Amino acid sequence: MALLKNNALIDDPFADATGRETIPASGPVLVDLEQWQTHREHLLQRTEPFGVKLRSDQPPELIAEDLHSIALIALEFPVFRDGRAYSYARLLRGQYGYGGEIRAVGDVHLEQLHFMERTGFDAFELESDDPLGDMQIASADFDVWYQPAADGRLSAVQLRHRAD
Amino acid sequence: MYRYDEFDHKLVAERARQFRRQVKRRLSGELTEDQFKPLRLMNGLYMQLHAYMLRVNVPYGSLSSRQLRKFAHIARTYDRDFGHFTTRQNIQYNWIKLEDVPDILEELAEVEVTAIQSSGNCVRNITSDHYAGRARDELADPRVYAELLRQYTILNPEFSYLPRKFKIALTGSPRDRAAVALHDIGLRMHRNEAGETGFEVLVGGGQGRTPFIAHTIREWLAPEHLLSYVESILRVYNMYGRRDNIHKARIKIIVNQMGIDRYRELVEADWEQIRDSVLKVPQAEVDRINAYFKPPEYECLADIPDELNDVRARIPEFDQWMSANVAEHRVPGYSIVNVSLKAPGLPPGDMTADTMDAVADLADRYSLDEIRVNHRQNLSFVDVRQLDLFTLWKELKLLDLATPNIQTVSDIICCPGLDYCNLANSRSIPIAQDLSRHFVDVDHLALVGDFTINISGCMNACGHHHVGNIGILGVNKRGKEYFQLTLGGSSDENASLGDRLGRALPQDEVPAAVETIVDTYLAIRLDGERFLDTYRRAGIAPFREAVYNPVQARAVA
Repeated sequence: MALLKNNALIDDPFADATGRETIPASGPVLVDLEQWQTHREHLLQRTEPFGVKLRSDQPPELIAEDLHSIALIALEFPVFRDGRAYSYARLLRGQYGYGGEIRAVGDVHLEQLHFMERTGFDAFELESDDPLGDMQIASADFDVWYQPAADGRLSAVQLRHRAD
Repeated sequence: MYRYDEFDHKLVAERARQFRRQVKRRLSGELTEDQFKPLRLMNGLYMQLHAYMLRVNVPYGSLSSRQLRKFAHIARTYDRDFGHFTTRQNIQYNWIKLEDVPDILEELAEVEVTAIQSSGNCVRNITSDHYAGRARDELADPRVYAELLRQYTILNPEFSYLPRKFKIALTGSPRDRAAVALHDIGLRMHRNEAGETGFEVLVGGGQGRTPFIAHTIREWLAPEHLLSYVESILRVYNMYGRRDNIHKARIKIIVNQMGIDRYRELVEADWEQIRDSVLKVPQAEVDRINAYFKPPEYECLADIPDELNDVRARIPEFDQWMSANVAEHRVPGYSIVNVSLKAPGLPPGDMTADTMDAVADLADRYSLDEIRVNHRQNLSFVDVRQLDLFTLWKELKLLDLATPNIQTVSDIICCPGLDYCNLANSRSIPIAQDLSRHFVDVDHLALVGDFTINISGCMNACGHHHVGNIGILGVNKRGKEYFQLTLGGSSDENASLGDRLGRALPQDEVPAAVETIVDTYLAIRLDGERFLDTYRRAGIAPFREAVYNPVQARAVA
């Protein structure tokens, strides 16, 4: 699966340990919530970065206390029409002030990229033959936005009343 | 009326271009139907029984004559010469080809109309009082806030994949003509103790197979906090709304499962974090939008009751129309005229392309270019000089649009039913047609008075049967169509859900049953009672007896 970050295809530096019995002894690793809850002390002591993957029924408040230690939060879209993770990303970037990577995983396609980017995702595991091309298409769709979101783009209301 | 500025125009053009690409990807097979479905729905495109249906938004029901002419053009060019006005103040075209839709959307954009989010699991067209800005009892014009909400919800990146559809309605009058208590969010403007105008915020109302009257989540909200508060309600719903069962996914279910107090706690906790953010509505934006809604330049006229009474006395037909279809205007010398789309035997809400053009011309000549669509599937001219009422009546009569039946037994709300819809259990339009042919005596309509009949072809309740004074629900029993009647529903400021009358009836018994209910009401009503008042006083028993045990009922009487 292609991982798209900052408009480039990269190799995932995190080993995906989600759903496994054990987690690798060293190296950057991605764990699921249950693993995180079991191995929390151990992971906090490691020197390499780690990430936590949340299912769409696992809101970020479940890991809120440790956000500053978590380098990556992977939010899952089990199907594209399950939109919970858009709110989770907004909360992470807004109320929680989270600055690490927020990665969209699961049923992720071109037509969702724009909304994901606006709500605070900055990495995408994309099911596509041409992920970079998809990102270019999605980014070119709009340059007017009606509401503020997590991406810092000015809304139409803000632009209309910008002090000259 | 609101007019697009450069930002609005650009966004709508970009959206049309994006959908053209999505249609192309679908036609080439790059997108599966499953992937394409939510995308087409968010552009108003449904797959119905026989063809695609395109639903076009009329924001808060407000339409210019130019826009109505464009609707006529779309009907003529891309459909079968007609359109259908809906309970969401929208218009639907029932015979659309997928490959035409990008062109249609571009044509609509020319007159500042879109189909964006007229469907899908997102915030749908914002609806409002169709008398907004004109009603004599209005406290404040809700349209400026409806427009703010329209913009805020369009292509909202966080709330485009909600658990289910989401509907918001506003009223600025104590008399609720927008059914706010039957919406996911209802907003009712009123004054607090300090005399400031704000919103009572209701949440969790809705119809469908599990109807609920909304709860008040906040007694009073300052208008500047409208967007942030709505955002918090939507966020809590997006995170906690049920996604395991499509029939339990509306906000009303989660609000009633967790209880309004818990829902409020979650909303208020989120709102505390964002209430003073960039979502706070700048007064400059309110002023900018309000400028579009400032009252037109009215002539300095006086009410002319004597002149009108003179004509009314001479022409009983005009008198009946005046009583049923004409409403008070806040400006002296002007009236609001309701245009009935419920002539006997016609499908409620349908209009041909030629009639749309003719109505647009009448709006130009008699109503300052503006038309309103209301949720009872009629149109209104909201700025008619009383001096023109008689002439306008004659013009409307020629078009068969002057049936004096607004808010009467034959002013029926009706969903498309099995004639078009793939969800329906039964047809509904023929029932409406039967009833409207049955109740043609306008003197009788006037005698019966204030009344609503709402018909849905299935329990999804698109025809609002739960809140009809008489509700009629199509059910399917052993492969045959039957109709379940409910009594006592209402969508006004004292909203109530109807009660089941008894076993479902075959189609040919429905008109007689409705007539029996009406006759029973006439027999037992006290002075000045509407049907709803009589029902609330006397209960369901006399009506049930009369319909199901006619012999006994007659013997007792």
